[in-house]
Amino acid sequence: MSGGLYSMHSKDFDKTLDLTSVRPYGDTMNDGKIQLSFTLPVPAGDEAIEAAKQLIKKMGLDNPQVVFYKELMPGFTFFNCYGSCTHTVDYSTIYVPKVESGVMDMHETDTFIREQVGRKLVIVGASTGTDAHTVGIDAIMNMKGYAGHYGLERYEMIEAYNLGSQVPNDEFIAKAIELRADALLVSQTVTQKDVHIKNLVELVELLEAEGLRDKMILVCGGPRLSHELAKELGYDAGFGMNSFADDVASYIAQEYVKRASIK
Amino acid sequence: MHSKLGLDFKRVEHARSVAGKIAAEVQSFVEGYTTVAVERTLCRLAGIDGVDESQVPLPNIVVDFIKERGVLSQGVLFYIGNAMVATSLSPQEIAEKVSLGELDITRLPIASKEQIDKAVMQVVYESIKIISARRARREDYLKTLGEGKKPYLYVIVATGNIYEDVVQAEAAARQGADIIAVIRTTGQSLLDYVPFGATTEGFGGTYATQENFRIMRSALDKTGEELGRYIRLCNYCSGLCMPEIAVMGALEGLDVMLNDALYGILFRDINMQRTLIDQFFSRVINGFAGVIINTGEDNYLTTADAFEEAHTVLASDLINEQLALMAGLPQQQMGLGHAFEMEPELENGFIYELAQAQMTREIFPDAPLKYMPPTKFMTGNIFRGHIQDALFNMVGIWTGQGIQLLGMPTEAIHTPFMSDRYLSIENAKYIFNNMRSIGDEMEFREGGIARQRAKDVLEKSIDTLERIEKEGLFSALEKGMFGDVKRPRNGGKGLEGVAEKGSNYMNPFINLMLGGK
Repeated sequence: MSGGLYSMHSKDFDKTLDLTSVRPYGDTMNDGKIQLSFTLPVPAGDEAIEAAKQLIKKMGLDNPQVVFYKELMPGFTFFNCYGSCTHTVDYSTIYVPKVESGVMDMHETDTFIREQVGRKLVIVGASTGTDAHTVGIDAIMNMKGYAGHYGLERYEMIEAYNLGSQVPNDEFIAKAIELRADALLVSQTVTQKDVHIKNLVELVELLEAEGLRDKMILVCGGPRLSHELAKELGYDAGFGMNSFADDVASYIAQEYVKRASIK
Repeated sequence: MHSKLGLDFKRVEHARSVAGKIAAEVQSFVEGYTTVAVERTLCRLAGIDGVDESQVPLPNIVVDFIKERGVLSQGVLFYIGNAMVATSLSPQEIAEKVSLGELDITRLPIASKEQIDKAVMQVVYESIKIISARRARREDYLKTLGEGKKPYLYVIVATGNIYEDVVQAEAAARQGADIIAVIRTTGQSLLDYVPFGATTEGFGGTYATQENFRIMRSALDKTGEELGRYIRLCNYCSGLCMPEIAVMGALEGLDVMLNDALYGILFRDINMQRTLIDQFFSRVINGFAGVIINTGEDNYLTTADAFEEAHTVLASDLINEQLALMAGLPQQQMGLGHAFEMEPELENGFIYELAQAQMTREIFPDAPLKYMPPTKFMTGNIFRGHIQDALFNMVGIWTGQGIQLLGMPTEAIHTPFMSDRYLSIENAKYIFNNMRSIGDEMEFREGGIARQRAKDVLEKSIDTLERIEKEGLFSALEKGMFGDVKRPRNGGKGLEGVAEKGSNYMNPFINLMLGGK
């Protein structure tokens, strides 16, 4: 591919970092480089390449480069492309709501619960609704945990119940009452057609109808969830990708103590 | 046989004989019982199909009808055969009349056994003929069109819309896929009926229906003819409708079916008695239809650790093999499962994977083993994910796996895009071609890591099998000996659909399909 990638042209833009107008970084500050890949439902050829370039320009990328393309089947062409982003964002004014409690490791959390609560906290978790995936809830709850972070079952001061997958919301609540849960963990992996949103909202509504919403700490998690979305749906906290049992356990412990002190 | 790993085949035979005893005990239980799913399957084999105005399938209506009257134990064929004698109607007409409330098949005068047998056998031979013809059609295609080299490239489509699935499947076939699996919508395994007709809505997958099977099979036939390569179609005989899905697949010419004896119990909390009875008849059908079954041991490693729990995979493979043999499935149709799920940070993890895959290959030399890609440790870093899949593909070609379920770089993000499938197929084709004969060139060093690993896993699985044999499979499942999951014997879903066979009970298909008379 000729042109930009190996271009020896001088880079005549301001190369100082300005957090009020941040651009992507390739190998030079403010070069704006972005790589992207996508498929267009058109046959391969010069017109397809031109279509890809025009699309990239419309996305706000200058100097569009189609570095690879391949017709996946007649009428569908896949592209790997580069471009330089013309847009900037103001990083200095960004505010993202987050779980504000500090993260403690397993021993610190156990000690915290022992000293501040004086009994085991009961945490009931499940992958609810039709969701058959247990990967998420297992990563947080199973003894072994995930990526070197022990799961809640391993905590001395947590009584963890993992109900597994495809647990209907009403059964989940019934079990939570039976076990006198202090906190509920809901895992949602499947997000096609926003099925997770409907299911998460249904649980909140059921808890409210039963007058239980304020009696338990309600937490959801999954690869496509965020704390912000969780709050929006009526949860106390949400944990997305790269969250571990430590994050969840220390949040629940601290939140429990915080609430107890207000009462 | 020569073992590249120095496996002690006497120990393998011992493992097999212990697994055989475990399976025999299960089988002696299974033979005394039937389930609503088995009875609905018999309805379908008798030619009953369609739904009433509220979309309830007629097989459900008929089976629920006799269940509500407390005579499920006599079996549906007895009442249908008897009604055929009494009314001279076809099974379909009888079912329609039951559905409309115009006929009570449990209150007709009972004909002689000879008359009932005669009426039933007419329809039985009819459906046996259709299934045999389907099988012959596949065999003919394989002879005239041929097929891809092993390991077969297996990819999934999962748009929720069968017509969109067809587009994805055709693209995948053109790129080199040998097997197309249509992932089922989440939740279907817990439906105690099979939906009817073509469907365009699903979550994380597409409903398995007989019409959807037909649409996809005919699209793949067309593409296969054009490409000069037979494309296999895979679906899922699991959940509460195992044998029913099996018979639909047999009637529509499906080639591969997920069909595990224990999966539903462990991972869908389906009652163990229900599943073990259902798996038997579903496997009898799959065996007779020439369908390759895939077992689900890979799932253990998504809940348990792949290094520590490898022996449970082998133990379960051996039990699945013995249960399948009892259902008349030859080894050539057993896609026994295992998976590439070692923690990527584990030092020498590749060698352990290689050892386990080679060990599985040598223990089941005739089975088209189903090898599953990394899923648990796929992170959303699509670039590393593509490399993890490359290592997985190397193990696959090196150890001669039968069915390579291709990993996608976007695993854990979304169901595959058309381009994800392309990248994965390209990855596999590159590695398979470049390393085609590496397995023939390499042996494992005596006293090395791989030989030791294989030996350890085999010995640990023998230990596990011996403990299961002592416990009995039911009790072993209650104690959580597979995948760390505990299930009570009378717990889980679907137990209410189990009945002990009564004095009039008949299911002539089992004998016929097992090759007897």
